[in-house]
Amino acid sequence: MRISKAVNASWLPLYAALYLVFLYLPVLLLPIFSVNASAVPVFPLSGLTLDWYRSLVGNDSMINSAWNTLIVGVAASLLATILGVGAARAITRYRFRGRRPMAAVIMAPLFLPEIIIAIALLMVALPLGLGLSLVLVIFGHVLICLPYSITVLVSGFEGFDPAYEEASADLGETVFGTLTRVTLPILMPAIISSLLVAFTISLDEFIIAFFLSGSEPTLPIYIWGQLRFASRLPAVLALGTLMLIASLMLLVVAELFRRRAARRSQIEGGFFA
Amino acid sequence: MTTALEDGPAPFVSQNKKARSFGLRSLDPEEIRGIRLLSPTFLYTLAFLIGPILVVVAHSFWTQTYLTIDRSFTLENYRIALTEPIYQDLLMRSLYISFVVSLITVVLAYPIAYFISFHGGSRKGLLLFLITIPFWTGYLLRVMAWKVILGYNGVLNTALIGLGVTDKPVESLLYSSNAVIITLIHAWAVFAILPIFVSLEKIDRSYLEAATDLGDGPVRRFMRITLPLSMPGVIGALLIVMIPTVGDFVTPRLVGGSEGIMIANAIQSQFGRSSNWPLGAALTITTMCVVTIMAGMTVLVLRAAVRWMR
Repeated sequence: MRISKAVNASWLPLYAALYLVFLYLPVLLLPIFSVNASAVPVFPLSGLTLDWYRSLVGNDSMINSAWNTLIVGVAASLLATILGVGAARAITRYRFRGRRPMAAVIMAPLFLPEIIIAIALLMVALPLGLGLSLVLVIFGHVLICLPYSITVLVSGFEGFDPAYEEASADLGETVFGTLTRVTLPILMPAIISSLLVAFTISLDEFIIAFFLSGSEPTLPIYIWGQLRFASRLPAVLALGTLMLIASLMLLVVAELFRRRAARRSQIEGGFFA
Repeated sequence: MTTALEDGPAPFVSQNKKARSFGLRSLDPEEIRGIRLLSPTFLYTLAFLIGPILVVVAHSFWTQTYLTIDRSFTLENYRIALTEPIYQDLLMRSLYISFVVSLITVVLAYPIAYFISFHGGSRKGLLLFLITIPFWTGYLLRVMAWKVILGYNGVLNTALIGLGVTDKPVESLLYSSNAVIITLIHAWAVFAILPIFVSLEKIDRSYLEAATDLGDGPVRRFMRITLPLSMPGVIGALLIVMIPTVGDFVTPRLVGGSEGIMIANAIQSQFGRSSNWPLGAALTITTMCVVTIMAGMTVLVLRAAVRWMR
């Protein structure tokens, strides 16, 4: 180990730092140009202003799409987490025939272009006369959220000793009582983390919403519409900055909950480790 | 990312060992309970993903005149998808872009995953979190950021002029295949880092000590132990980047210009203005099949290369 450290220590940390710069630099431009007085995103900045943020206030179509995003995000994250809890429990607790192929099908959206999910749902919904609506977007979002929710919930279940549930049953607690007083409290950090991760994915998702939302745009669809007009770019950057801050806050909370869950179960690692 | 699929140690199922021996006996209660728990999620995916994808496959063999669908079997759509020069070009360019993007993304990601796994120490969780943050900022916004960077009067051109590298803006930065490639490499970085990190974490460090004790230098040890053992993560990363990027139409539309348009833009227009669902379906299925073949071949070549290097 010591030899490799001596060799790698020289360039690996430097490379890692450069890589982080590459990851962060484009993202940091959004907040910078959102407070720029000029409508054209060019350096040097021509002055600081909060006008672009003010222009968002009272913008009905934006507020409307924000509500749509909220509805879709809440519904999709709830549904994905409920389905995910059952799946994660089955995957971690039980060994049965067909377990791996079934799990592989559920994880498949991770390896599929979103455009396929979008047009597949479109081609089923329209001929059935269902029309395009937020409900379809929710169904699509649940599909792409499930792999992430399940991954988070599996790590919750992995550190959860079934002896607690057995003890609860032995002590005379009903099935429902065991669920609400033992199982759910132990799993709660993982559940909340799964809800937040799924909500964040839904909040940002564009392609499925683009095909299926019809006349009820979500925020990314609203942004897409605004991008056609160069003059509205700063306002979009301001909106993007607000969304970025919202995502970040959600994620920090999710990460804190995940860490709490990990501490309870003594599992180390990041989101997906 | 792959954790849920792996047959890793499941500490609490040891009493259930015999359920794993296959045979024609009936399911035991444990198995029934497991299947019952997994079924709702599985059925959901069947109903909203697998079923609809079969509908796409069916449509690809039908034809459409104006708004009526003719359900007689035909391969005409596939003939168009595979022989029309415009679709051939778009498909080849999409394959090229997704191949280059996935390769570069994985090569750039490997040292990072290695650094976090082997030198991250107690800060592993924090480092992973730092790397995932930009990824959560929204796809559209990240693409937009690159548009701001690569534009004619964009950040990069301004910087180049400011540094005296050129005296007038470089025009070819935005609206090209390369702009699409750069943007996608940035957008998919995290998807490559995480699977590689997970597989590196699983390597038993005592193998490395053994190799050192037996006289292997760092390079040889990396080639013979670390790299081969981390191949599942590398392959997972390649697939998770290569297959979805081929179906992207946002990035090409925003930063690709006419020279960077990809097959998904053509697919999307079959469901919009052009409105030819069967052709759109055939284009989708063709793209999926071709990219799967390309991914499979890449995996085989990669495995052979690693075996040869050993």
